[in-house]
Amino acid sequence: MISSHIGYYSLILGFILSISLLIYSVYCFKKNNTKINQNIFSILFLQFFTVIISFISLVYSFVISDFSNETVYNNSHTTKPIFYKISGTWGNHEGSLLLWLLVLTLFIFLFIVFSKKQPTKYRLLSIFFQQIIICGFFLFLLSTSNPFNFLFPVPNEGLGLNPILQDPALAIHPPILYLGYVGSSIIFSASLASLVQNNINSLWAIHIKKWIQIAWVFLTIGILLGSVWAYYELGWGGFWFWDPVENVSLMPWLCLTALLHTIIVLEKRSLLKSWTVILSIATFTLSMSGTFLVRSGILNSVHTFANDPKRGVFILLFLFGLILLSLILFFIYQDKENNSQKNFFLISKETSILINNWFMMYFLSVVLIGTIYPIFLEVLINEKISIGPPFFNKLLIPFLAIFLIFMSIGPKLKWIKDNFGRIKYLRIILFFICIITSFYLIKKTSSEILFTSVLGGAAVYLLFISIEDLFKKKYNTSQVISHFGFSLFILSILFNSLFSNEFSANMKVGQELSFKKDQIKFLKIKILEKENYKSVIANFEIIDEKENVISMYPEIRIYNQPNILTSEADIISSVFSDKFMVINLLKGEEIFNVRYQKKPFMIWIWISAFLISFGGILSLFKRN
Amino acid sequence: MYGKKVKLRLLFLSFIFLIIVLSIFLILKSLEENVVYFISPTEIKNLSEIDNSKRIRVGGMVKEETIKVSQNEISFVITDFKNEINVNYSGAIPNLFSEGKGVVAEGYLSDRSFLKAKKILAKHDENYMPPEVKEALENNK
Repeated sequence: MISSHIGYYSLILGFILSISLLIYSVYCFKKNNTKINQNIFSILFLQFFTVIISFISLVYSFVISDFSNETVYNNSHTTKPIFYKISGTWGNHEGSLLLWLLVLTLFIFLFIVFSKKQPTKYRLLSIFFQQIIICGFFLFLLSTSNPFNFLFPVPNEGLGLNPILQDPALAIHPPILYLGYVGSSIIFSASLASLVQNNINSLWAIHIKKWIQIAWVFLTIGILLGSVWAYYELGWGGFWFWDPVENVSLMPWLCLTALLHTIIVLEKRSLLKSWTVILSIATFTLSMSGTFLVRSGILNSVHTFANDPKRGVFILLFLFGLILLSLILFFIYQDKENNSQKNFFLISKETSILINNWFMMYFLSVVLIGTIYPIFLEVLINEKISIGPPFFNKLLIPFLAIFLIFMSIGPKLKWIKDNFGRIKYLRIILFFICIITSFYLIKKTSSEILFTSVLGGAAVYLLFISIEDLFKKKYNTSQVISHFGFSLFILSILFNSLFSNEFSANMKVGQELSFKKDQIKFLKIKILEKENYKSVIANFEIIDEKENVISMYPEIRIYNQPNILTSEADIISSVFSDKFMVINLLKGEEIFNVRYQKKPFMIWIWISAFLISFGGILSLFKRN
Repeated sequence: MYGKKVKLRLLFLSFIFLIIVLSIFLILKSLEENVVYFISPTEIKNLSEIDNSKRIRVGGMVKEETIKVSQNEISFVITDFKNEINVNYSGAIPNLFSEGKGVVAEGYLSDRSFLKAKKILAKHDENYMPPEVKEALENNK
């Protein structure tokens, strides 16, 4: 009761501080001070403080199960384990927005603390733009999704958290992803400020690069965690479904990855200034629209949770306002003197980075069209459609192969001007060996041999090139690790999709079936009563061709509040292959729907995705 | 005449333009081929002709007392309370699949009253109903 009051009023206080910061930063800007006023630091810190108080009081309400709070009532239950009571705080709409706000205020505070070497006016403007965003989020929270609404009479018991969200990976997935999204807001504010101040140069690039890397690392890990969760919790045996909700997190990632590369050109060569700004704006816009699309219920997704469409209108208007503002600023302050002609040679590192950007933009537009086309069609002619994985695979895979080839050549080129004379013929031979080998490897399995073998070959080639570079030390370690990770990533996905096997059947206890060379025996089921669910654990025995006996224990959990079934897959991971088994109740509790999959190189997908982000982490600690 | 630089630039611009047009064409074409339409049982009844090679989604409620299970297959009836369609499926089913609950089946029509499903769609929330199902049900009330 009291904690909700504290939380609510400290939110209002934070909002007032936000408005005062908006005014105060303009006032300081006009006064032409050489240093930032100490008051600004204090207000920024105070603002962060109010939001964290508000956040803690919400967490507290969840922990003590204070059902006079509507959010707690809707998303919690007394029998829920304490860990999920806490993670339930951001497992819902209101709480997750409060988390957004918390990260927003934290980041702007850190940004101002760590940008002391930058011009004062630029920093003031960054605060100004960031506060516009923060202000919008405060308004959004207070007007349409207040996490501190009261309920009267106070219910005795809450509705509970959706059981599939009761998972450790999903407890940390949203905060990490938000750190990535919000990191892009800082880049957005900073590049607008820099644009207005006509301050886009190498020095600025060095300073903002760290923030881009931070946002990129968090976004990458955030997406990875979501995907890991989908793999073992949803029980579909896959890790990426081209589902709209997944796509909206991938779009800012593609954009941010393009920016991550472009910023190096800006740093080293002072080129592509406007393009950098456009990418910064686009990244943030895509992050925001991601939130909008997920939260508004517009997306027709299997991930969708029941929600309120009114909220969507607010975010849409807010988003529209921000885009308009940034576009107006862009056209007014855009660097008029056209210097893109200055020494831009065809064969150079900057061209290769530009090529990277072109590919990223192509990937982005494919994902974007695949995601929003159904929405448009529904609004325009009321036709309901969905777009499945074949669309994305068909459009992405051929280009991915070419992309990989450029990826192995690009980093080797010199800045400014290079020539073909340095090409080693050994490399070309190696490249063709890679393609031919993968052709013979893949020949028997795939229907589209040409594309997959070129893709596989290109990935192997990149793998070799990166390993070679790793031992040379002359190259940029973080870049090589990320590119190495990427080639491994593509290879694991390729082999995973080509060599996966699936078996599904409806089985009774005691039944025995064979699948390829394996024998699958359904031995018994065991029923256990847990704190907030009933668990049905099945015991299977799998005997493979070498007579190895493996026991697997897939589980069904029947949660009591809310009354939902979830399947907990049993996964046995090894270096080369994952065994994945999931069961489901059919009619009654006698016959079970059993799905057994062998998924090669599954663990390498996670490892390589981590390697990609690890390259980013390494570059964070590198000194300029 | 124009200078060499301008000419080069023009060439470059038209090249970019060509690439953009080409990729948009590619995307749209592939879109056309890979789109899955959502249809309710009533709409299937009213179709003038059926295309066996086109993948579709059918949504509605699983009719009570209609789920039949054999070793390799399950069959059930999807209803929108006006018309019905028989569905045949072999494969893994999602968590919340049960009689009297909403369902979306994706697959190919054999005839007007029979769907061979390739996929049964999952949901995350017991109260959540796919928007298509909700609308299809509301339209038929």
